[in-house]
Amino acid sequence: MNEIIALPSSKVRRNYLELSQLNKTYQSPKGPAVIVNDFNLNIAEGEFVTLIGHSGCGKSTVLSMVAGLNDVTSGGMVLAGKEVTGPGPDRGVVFQSPSLLPWFTALENVMLGVNQVFYTAAKSERLQIAEYYLSVVGLADAMHKRPAELSQGMRQRVGIARAFALSPKMLLLDEPFGMLDSLTRFELQAVLLDLWRRQRITALMVTHDVDEALYLSDRIVCMTDGPEAEVGDIVEVPFDRPRDRVAVMEHPEYYKLRARLIEFLEVHAHHKKRLNFPKPADVKTAAA
Amino acid sequence: MMHTPLLEITNVSKGFGLPGSRSEVLRDINLTIEEGEFVAIVGYSGAGKTTLISMIAGLLKPDHGTVKLRGEIITEPGPERGVVFQNYSLLPWLTVAENVQLAVDQVFPNWSAEKRREQVAKYLAMVNLTAATAKLPRELSGGMRQRVSVARALAMEPKILLLDEPLGALDALTRATLQDEIVRIWEQERRTVVLITNDVDEGILTADRIIPLSAGPGATLGPSVTVDIARPRNRKELNHDVGFKRVRKQVLDYLLGPGGRQKTIVNRKLTLPDLLPEDLDAPRTLFGAKRIPRRRSEEKLETVEIG
Repeated sequence: MNEIIALPSSKVRRNYLELSQLNKTYQSPKGPAVIVNDFNLNIAEGEFVTLIGHSGCGKSTVLSMVAGLNDVTSGGMVLAGKEVTGPGPDRGVVFQSPSLLPWFTALENVMLGVNQVFYTAAKSERLQIAEYYLSVVGLADAMHKRPAELSQGMRQRVGIARAFALSPKMLLLDEPFGMLDSLTRFELQAVLLDLWRRQRITALMVTHDVDEALYLSDRIVCMTDGPEAEVGDIVEVPFDRPRDRVAVMEHPEYYKLRARLIEFLEVHAHHKKRLNFPKPADVKTAAA
Repeated sequence: MMHTPLLEITNVSKGFGLPGSRSEVLRDINLTIEEGEFVAIVGYSGAGKTTLISMIAGLLKPDHGTVKLRGEIITEPGPERGVVFQNYSLLPWLTVAENVQLAVDQVFPNWSAEKRREQVAKYLAMVNLTAATAKLPRELSGGMRQRVSVARALAMEPKILLLDEPLGALDALTRATLQDEIVRIWEQERRTVVLITNDVDEGILTADRIIPLSAGPGATLGPSVTVDIARPRNRKELNHDVGFKRVRKQVLDYLLGPGGRQKTIVNRKLTLPDLLPEDLDAPRTLFGAKRIPRRRSEEKLETVEIG
């Protein structure tokens, strides 16, 4: 009998990251302000999940709590069977602004974390790790430049390389391309996806860009508007991997899902800021 | 009689720097815009979009080729071309109304003071800023400042309105609101508009025609794509529109493809050591000995069937 010797699918942990009943409350002079309320989410190993919602809905608060940068008021977080209590190198974070040390070169910025996490390895191997990731993100010829000499997009590439170079259990991306123009954003999404395809690191991303969410993720979690944000709608993204932008955009489901997400965002747009969207009349006729 | 288009750009090139270290920004730009058209030029940041609009505005001169407005070569800035910049460019010590008044007074010196004041009020009302006329720019949000800038440009009654990434610095919600307002104002006045943006969707939502600008150096305009989608266009409903999908694909394919961005591919031999990250909470020595690196190869999980 032919027996298959492989990593059984049971090895892929279904609940790699467990967030249960997360709550974040700030004390304000007007009484407690509940930002996130009863937030539950499980992410499987190797899954790419995106939180989508408007600015101020609390999605970044959830992410920074997972990163350990923000305390949890109540509720629990477990990553790979270990409770999350503070920041650590097992979670690589990519921030909206790349947050590089300006007096270090791109390589030195990446080496900073690599030296910590791989302190047992030889210097030559640590250098290889940093050079590998910087090259893969397209900075093979720019790794000895300082942040000031790099464009905004290139700096963010360093930020991505820095996070991946630590071989983290989990990748946390907080609007990683929010500061870039929309075309550079498309480019960097492809860079991120290419790197992610090689490693399949479990990822949690926060964004308000619908195209970005659809292109990158396996599952999109829509958050209702804060205060007291919670999970509103969950969208499974059906596109095959490895993904190619052109193919994804031509998938028959693409624009349907896009419309569904945009609609969710419009409905949950800040009610304080009244929007002048072309209203009901033509929407109804077109939907009929 | 030959037809003269409103704006005609012929074989324009522009570069910066001294001979020897000169870099060409724009190359062989050809563009014709008719009266009343809304044209969007979409390109990467740093591609030379602002250089292009500065030449139309008369703030820069092309090295080669000509930029003509109604058949006449543009040599300097003028009130028949109103410009809205990304950074608003308002005078911080003047109120909203005074900022607009300044432009009106310059352009229409022969009008009565009363008529000029009415002109200011009319355009501030058009951008929904009547309630904020006495405020200083610093008291306004980014979106409101940009409205002032739009009102100032429109109040000069230009033949052509040049919008240089006007919404680039605004958040997604404010941007959506202002996109709709720009279209509403354009539909009221039907002035010719050239919108520079890096957002393909913004172009599709607003323009009659989209022209992609490839990435620099030596950026040039790609094939013009007509946006044949009925107005008013609704952000959400567009997703079900066949024309929207087609235009979006055409423009993105050009900009993200080889025509839009020249890429240099190099082959490098790279080694990725198969190291596993260390637990930084664990003690750094093991029974007094230094730890040795953990490698992936030592941790392989295998399931073997027996019998």
